[in-house]
Amino acid sequence: MKHSGPRLLVLFWLIPTFCFTCSAVNKNPCSVITRVEAEALSRIRARRRNRRNGAVLPLPGGCSQPSTHGIPGSRCTGHPLQGSHVHLARQALSRVSEATERLLSQILGAIPQLSGKNQKNSARKRETSLRRTCYASPVSSTASQPNRAPRHTGLIRATHWITVISFVALLVTGVEILISHPRFYWGEVGNSLTPPLFKIPIPSSRSTVPSGYGYVLPDQNGWSRYLHFEAAWALMLTGLVYFIYGLWTRHFRRNLFPADRTWAAFRRVIARHLRLAPPDEADARSYNVLQRITYLLVVFVLFPLVIWTGLAMSPSFNSAVPWAVNALGGRQSARTVHFLVSVSLVLFLVVHVLMIAITGFTSRMREMITGGAARSEEHS
Amino acid sequence: MSNISRRRFVKAGLATTAGVSGLAVAAKLAHRYGLVPPDSGGIFGPGETLTYAAHRIFSQHSLAREFPRNMISKDPFANSIAPLSDGFKRLQSGGFADWRLSVEGMVAQPATLSLSDLKTFPVRSQITEVVCEEGWSYIAEWIGTPLHEVLKTVGVLRQARYLVYFSIEPDWWDSIDMEDALHPQTLLVWAMNDADLPVSFGGPLRLRVPRQLGYKSVKFVTRVMVTDSVKGFVPALDPNSPNYNYSWYAGI
Repeated sequence: MKHSGPRLLVLFWLIPTFCFTCSAVNKNPCSVITRVEAEALSRIRARRRNRRNGAVLPLPGGCSQPSTHGIPGSRCTGHPLQGSHVHLARQALSRVSEATERLLSQILGAIPQLSGKNQKNSARKRETSLRRTCYASPVSSTASQPNRAPRHTGLIRATHWITVISFVALLVTGVEILISHPRFYWGEVGNSLTPPLFKIPIPSSRSTVPSGYGYVLPDQNGWSRYLHFEAAWALMLTGLVYFIYGLWTRHFRRNLFPADRTWAAFRRVIARHLRLAPPDEADARSYNVLQRITYLLVVFVLFPLVIWTGLAMSPSFNSAVPWAVNALGGRQSARTVHFLVSVSLVLFLVVHVLMIAITGFTSRMREMITGGAARSEEHS
Repeated sequence: MSNISRRRFVKAGLATTAGVSGLAVAAKLAHRYGLVPPDSGGIFGPGETLTYAAHRIFSQHSLAREFPRNMISKDPFANSIAPLSDGFKRLQSGGFADWRLSVEGMVAQPATLSLSDLKTFPVRSQITEVVCEEGWSYIAEWIGTPLHEVLKTVGVLRQARYLVYFSIEPDWWDSIDMEDALHPQTLLVWAMNDADLPVSFGGPLRLRVPRQLGYKSVKFVTRVMVTDSVKGFVPALDPNSPNYNYSWYAGI
């Protein structure tokens, strides 16, 4: 085809742009924490510890008065970066992010006191803004302090919530589409005249389906199908970003691939679940072996399967890649597997949300929204 | 966040610029090479455009799967249709001898063809699956005249981009791009499983587009029109159409 060159160009342009964007966002700010910042951080901590004991220490950067906005050094002459445009940009960004965090916290009800007059509060905000710079830095993992690193990186949080929105859209529209023919078959073909493998005992939105109900539901397939495939694109592209990021930063290897693969580790985690014991301290920072296996299953088995079986229902995709549907045993098998995998994903979602509710809904949500590390002492 | 380094700032800026300009270039190219479907507006537009563009890039010359004879469904399912019009019934009583297909629009020689005229063209028989958007499917052997043979005879003009096709039944019409119109498997079907095409399956004449969902295969076709603009002929955007709100491109 004479047009295939420029058409491919579109793709070859988009893919490197994608990768470049990924590489720009994945750089770990931890590795570039400056000595100044590290010192400032430790000074704030020292000050905070001392304030608890009644002592007063100078603020970072030689500041003698707490700044009104809770930004480190914003009214201090001694700050090494003050006045430079980078510093001003940082201040602006800091204000925006602090406001966002305040807003989110307000929504979540996580922080009861929000007034700026509270000095302790502003000091903590000051620390928060510095701490957010880096994660897993040596500064933040001293024995006396709980781990201050963001529980999840920005990209993980962003992809997580886009996936949530896409998944909910896919779920709702998927149910709508299912209603138009709530019967499942195995093999290549199946219709109202052939015996189903199983059927869902719900009324249908089509009069041609022998649902056993005396009425027909309204047809919602038009917008449902539009939204289903749009959400599928959003999910797939987000998944692609997440996948590249996961490989690039070794997120999969570090955080999802089970670190301790002994039976003892399994036994320990399962026993703890059976005892209904609260999660141990390590679970606040890292996933246990059951979580890791579950997430690996969801990321590398269920989602790829649901995408594959979804594509295997596209007549045009099947014309280009016939083995995708033939390997599944036919179009109706693909549809049935698509449904069963979706049910598995919904089950995962239920357990996932349940576990979050059990282990602390507010802090888990904060970790996934603002990245805020667990501040255990403030909850107690 | 609060302590964003200069390097990061510059990089993020560059990445954003590259991304935005890349998107702009992609959009321009997509328009130029016909990768934008007519229902690309609205909130579902981006998804629809991605789907259509992806298929036009990756599956433009692919053939719909054809099956062995032993896979032909014993129970093909004829979807329900609205009560047939008097015009149809009159032609039906005459054994469809007066059924005509008019080929018009951007063609060098517009033509009106009877069913027997159509059968003088090379015949194609293919065993393909009818796939309904609802989820069900069946396999049948479809015998008919490839649309591209007819279009070749009448001579499609250079500026042609779409084909609009009309049923004899009111408000029933649809449109496809020329890529699908000229696809070797797009048939004007007049026989099914070694017999005349039953009325319940669209007889006497149905346009089968096997790479798209069943709703694109309009039954009782009497008129095809070649055009350079599909404006006004997109069922997804027309409240009178039975396919209103159903995406124009149904290859998914």
